Amino acid sequence: MDGDVLLQAIASGLLIGMVYALISVGLTLIFGLMEIVNFAHGEFLMLAMYAAFFGRSLVGLDPMLSLPATVGLLFLLGVLTYRGIISRILHAPMLAQIFATFGLGLFLRGLAQFFWSPDFRSVEAPFLAGLSGGGVEVGSVSLGVPQSAAALLAGLAFLALYLFIDRSRTGLALQAVAEDRATATLMGINSDRMFALGWGLGAACVGLAGAVLATFYYIYPSVGVVFALIAYITVALGGFGSVPGALVAGLLVGLVEVVSPTLFGFSPAYKYAVVFGFYLAVVLVRPQGLFGRF
Amino acid sequence: MRRHHRWNWNALAVVGLLAPILTLSAGGARGAIQDATPAASPVAVECPPDAAGAPEDGVVRVGVILPLSGTAATVGNDERAALELAVEFVNEDRAEVPLPLAAGAGLPTLDGAQVELVFADSQGQAEVGQSEATRLIEDENVVALFGAYNSAVTRTASTAAERAGIPFLNAESSSPDLTEQGYYWFFRTSPHDGTFSEGIYDFIESLNANQSAGLETVSLLYEDTDFGVNSAAALTEQAGTRGLTIAGEVRHATGASSLTAEVQALQQQAADVLIPSSYTTDAILTVQTARQLGYLPQMIVAQDAGYADPAFVEAVGADAEGIATRSAFSPDIFEVKPVAGQVNELYRAATGKDLYDVPARGLTGMLVLLDAINRACSTDPEAIHQALVDTNLGEADTIMPWTGVTFDDNQQNELGRGIIVQVQGGQYRTVFPPEFAVVEPVVPLAPWDQRP
Repeated sequence: MDGDVLLQAIASGLLIGMVYALISVGLTLIFGLMEIVNFAHGEFLMLAMYAAFFGRSLVGLDPMLSLPATVGLLFLLGVLTYRGIISRILHAPMLAQIFATFGLGLFLRGLAQFFWSPDFRSVEAPFLAGLSGGGVEVGSVSLGVPQSAAALLAGLAFLALYLFIDRSRTGLALQAVAEDRATATLMGINSDRMFALGWGLGAACVGLAGAVLATFYYIYPSVGVVFALIAYITVALGGFGSVPGALVAGLLVGLVEVVSPTLFGFSPAYKYAVVFGFYLAVVLVRPQGLFGRF
Repeated sequence: MRRHHRWNWNALAVVGLLAPILTLSAGGARGAIQDATPAASPVAVECPPDAAGAPEDGVVRVGVILPLSGTAATVGNDERAALELAVEFVNEDRAEVPLPLAAGAGLPTLDGAQVELVFADSQGQAEVGQSEATRLIEDENVVALFGAYNSAVTRTASTAAERAGIPFLNAESSSPDLTEQGYYWFFRTSPHDGTFSEGIYDFIESLNANQSAGLETVSLLYEDTDFGVNSAAALTEQAGTRGLTIAGEVRHATGASSLTAEVQALQQQAADVLIPSSYTTDAILTVQTARQLGYLPQMIVAQDAGYADPAFVEAVGADAEGIATRSAFSPDIFEVKPVAGQVNELYRAATGKDLYDVPARGLTGMLVLLDAINRACSTDPEAIHQALVDTNLGEADTIMPWTGVTFDDNQQNELGRGIIVQVQGGQYRTVFPPEFAVVEPVVPLAPWDQRP
């Protein structure tokens, strides 16, 4: 085993792992708050990627410049989804809740294909591509600038999320609602607004992920499906509802996926099998996931 | 907290249940080439007196299965437009197009019956393709099935046709296996990957002979469904007889979220040539990852599929420059075959895109099928089968660079062949074989950071 190759694999695994973590954290946030799995999560990601694409192709904005707008738009989409759909099915049977978001996802995917065609798009990102020619060499390891920027932004987002949830009054109110909705309401917390905020935050996180992912991944209507499955496994591995869990699990999934074929010398074709096997091994020992509470 | 506990497990179970639905598996394959069309003056068909004749409602329904959504949706929808154009040629009087059945409206031997295509979306998934095939046969009363692009889908869908006893014509799946399983009802107009692989190696040999390229070792990268696996098998089988060494092979999941580990493995193999067999999404990701990790073989010669999809060139831009792929069609053919250019104008008017490999093969295959139904003088499956067996189209009857269409004992077209195109100046240009080449191939690939 060549040490340089292993180092490269670890670096690549950590970079993509940060993106997986960022995609997953929105999902886990919403689940932790109200125990609803957002099956349209992948489609939120897809819409964010298209937002970056159209920002570039229609307005000429670099994806890094349109990023705040993309995050804002997705926040809005999250709030609207809550107000328009989720709040109406809060007390509906679980299956209704599942199929509401699942249906929303299929609907959004169909809409995207109808209006924007199934064609593959990619976004020019002149700012990131221009930084040291789009790649950095650290010793023997080559890192793509867009991938590194994505990982860095994901790290910052996690930090901000942690500070917000753990240190701000609103964040504490969110936690209170997640803990016990009825008691929180008695304490004067408007749980409805907290839910809306949770959906907004969750969607904003996946919006950020989509905006940075668009700089190095192609965009098409079903792109969300590729990442949604990884997001579900990440959330389950990290523990439903756990923000630090999403971070650790995202990094683990990225590492296992990229490093295990290199380390153990098997065909990369089995990398997803290894990821899922790893997940199974973890849930056998800790059914609630690494950081799950129950 | 008891309630929480239950809910969480239910949620997990649901995730588990939905995961397979969500998983995209865009298996598939890509086929080759086909063409069929005839002369400006259609040959009169003599119908036997006992032919069943026209259907009662005067409409001949053909079921078409394509990936209209999912990872191969671009190609699927582009082919759909080409098939609709083929049907337009038949249904309307388009005497100006010198292809079979274009002159005169409808199918002449069936009292001018109109053709109606009934489309079904396979989503690129084998099991969906099979259930859609069954639905088309049982509920839509189609007289024949057509499709299905992804080899894996073609396999399951053709099984349904075989069971029901109706003809299945495939124009764009390239897994050699499909025509070798001895199906009675299955016909393929496109060459398969066995033929195509020979073309790829012929091209590499000519680079070595004419341009002293010195290409000796090969890495194979292939997706993990029917198409990729059988393509790699054909390539491996033939490499030895060509004096080429397979340095290694890397199989990847279709529709992967990252291909870093795969490209790293290729980098380790350090072969002179990379021959990838992947669909569009994975082709884009492979090239982007190769650039990021600095992996650059001397030459990339792809087994069609994603690499021959114009969406690939559009998505990766300058990084596609110099990549060669086998194909069945290229706009350069317009210069050799004016009818191809004429059809392209009509296609572009309908879609805003130029005709390329898969849509061109689809259009050709559909005309072969409709020509056979016309010669069958009937929509009886057995009569259509016999007419397909008797197919004999010449070089002038198709828009493809083929010498025609006739089926061998496996019901595989024996007269099809592939070409090699290379991305030059952002366009697919024909570089091989010499009789179709319009420009010289460029070798080796330019370093990633020295591209326009």
